[in-house]
Amino acid sequence: MGIAVEVEGLTKSFGRQTIWQDVTLNLPPGEISVMLGPSGTGKTVFLKAIVGLLRPDRGRVLVNGVDMANSPERDIFEARKLFGLLFQDGALFGSMSLFDNIAFPLREHTRKKESEIRRIVMERIELVGLVGAEGKLPGEISGGMRKRAGLARALVLDPQIILCDEPDSGLDPVRTTFLSQLLVDLNAELDATILIVTHNLEIARTVPDNMGMLFLRRLVTFGPREVLLTSDEPVVEQFLGGRMAGPIGMSEEKDQAALDREALAGPLPERTGAREVVPQMRPSAGLPERQAVRRRRERVRGLLHTLPPAARAAVEADLRAEDRDTAVYAVPHAPKDGRGTPPTARTALLPRFGRRRP
Amino acid sequence: MSAPTTPRPAPGAPPPRPPLKVLEPLRETGRLFALGAQVLRLMFKRPYHPREFVEQFWFIASVTILPAMLVTIPFGAVIALQVGSLLQQFGAQSFTGGASVLVIIQQASPLIVSLLISGVAGSAICADLGARTIREELQAMEIMGVSPVHRLVVPRVLAVTLVGVLLNGLVSVVGTAGGYFFNVIMQNGTPGAHVASFSALAQIPDLVISEIKALVFGFIAGVVAAHRGLNPRGGPKGVGDAVNQSVVFTFLLLFFVNMVLTALYLRLVPAKGL
Repeated sequence: MGIAVEVEGLTKSFGRQTIWQDVTLNLPPGEISVMLGPSGTGKTVFLKAIVGLLRPDRGRVLVNGVDMANSPERDIFEARKLFGLLFQDGALFGSMSLFDNIAFPLREHTRKKESEIRRIVMERIELVGLVGAEGKLPGEISGGMRKRAGLARALVLDPQIILCDEPDSGLDPVRTTFLSQLLVDLNAELDATILIVTHNLEIARTVPDNMGMLFLRRLVTFGPREVLLTSDEPVVEQFLGGRMAGPIGMSEEKDQAALDREALAGPLPERTGAREVVPQMRPSAGLPERQAVRRRRERVRGLLHTLPPAARAAVEADLRAEDRDTAVYAVPHAPKDGRGTPPTARTALLPRFGRRRP
Repeated sequence: MSAPTTPRPAPGAPPPRPPLKVLEPLRETGRLFALGAQVLRLMFKRPYHPREFVEQFWFIASVTILPAMLVTIPFGAVIALQVGSLLQQFGAQSFTGGASVLVIIQQASPLIVSLLISGVAGSAICADLGARTIREELQAMEIMGVSPVHRLVVPRVLAVTLVGVLLNGLVSVVGTAGGYFFNVIMQNGTPGAHVASFSALAQIPDLVISEIKALVFGFIAGVVAAHRGLNPRGGPKGVGDAVNQSVVFTFLLLFFVNMVLTALYLRLVPAKGL
């Protein structure tokens, strides 16, 4: 089973600019988590802090008993062997062929024979669909291929924790879905903990078990996927709906003038898509079921009383169904007077954010 | 309105004071020394990277040998002619060989080596590492649990150092031979007197200090180039600047170190009397 990642009170700033502060979350072992956030909210910095590439100002990241933020370098290097990280553009070594790139971790960390290395590498190359390109240099292939090669390299040591930095950027929708499927399959096979940082809504809806969102220098929320998908937070709603109206502006947050203009323009148009929970992606045929689904149901059952009402309803629907798929759930449409809707109690999990429009 | 959460400092912890700009050169120097110490420590640590070392050694040797010889031959000639005509006025023509070999082995050879090492090898190392840094290759390497200093910097520094030592030998031989040629053929010196005077003025410690200098120069050039290459200031232009800085900085540093080593040597080892 994968390894849990515990992040506690993480704060990072560059000079005077705070990137985010007091980020506390727990990636449950073996589950897939997604971290959403508008561009420029420090998602990549967050990933780098998790693997100990950037030292945060405060806080700690516990992986397998090692604090990736403050431990001695030797321990951090040792703990990094548990990770596979997919960089935004693959970060392949420009002077090596794809084969050598993918074989690099094996040659550095294992004493396997060259024939053995060849077998493992070709297996991974096949997995990401790059057969025939293994002799090429990274400069000679497209961005999408580089990305897939980067993934193959991240997977070659059978990592316990897989971190993906925007796996969808530079890929077409079909390839993005294939890649999502690949990640789900990997989770089913390896039972590795996966964290995907993205702003792709399709991935966010169908892949993860848990979701979080970074906005305005802090973690808006992190919890079971139902929490975010059914949330009525203005930020979350705006982001998941991809709309212009809401607290997120072109530069990170809107200023008062922009909000006033918006208020003048009249009430918000009705939201186009209902807040709903759709079934998760399933592993490909022939693969074992994901252990994480069952484990997560158990875990979420215990959390039930802490969830906001809409999320609770969605989780209950899922628990009732006891299907191997997550149950579909749509948040009932709320009339303006608030009657006949699920109660809108505030919870500790979802701090209020921004102001609700009257 | 949507109360933009102002960053509040944690209770009890004063906000960290921004580091003083004035002290930046000192910090930089400190980092350079730290890298040097790290390289020395990792040099003896497994796993070794013989392949990388041999590749780098071959590369650096192949780009430095020819320029080194081409620089040395005229240099040896200039010294032989200059010293020759000077000594001629004293009537000590038979010592031309001794004087020129002293100059070449003790001073000229390590300096030529330092110029080539920093200008040719150092710039190549710095550009290579710098380009890899801005392409996040080195970060990727670190994430895979491989230390870039151990995997890339140590073999390079070792290769530069060894090339420096060997190149110094080559330059000494070529310089001395050039001096012989110009003194004997051009100035009609006596071959026997030229060769015999070698041991009249020069001694074995001269050769030793020359090689020690080359060793130190090679190491410094490698570490400085690696340090600049590992910390470029953003973007391709940053890499260009880093290479530039690395070469200039190495020049200055090596000439200074040469002065210190020469002063020490002249104090510690008595010159051979006639």
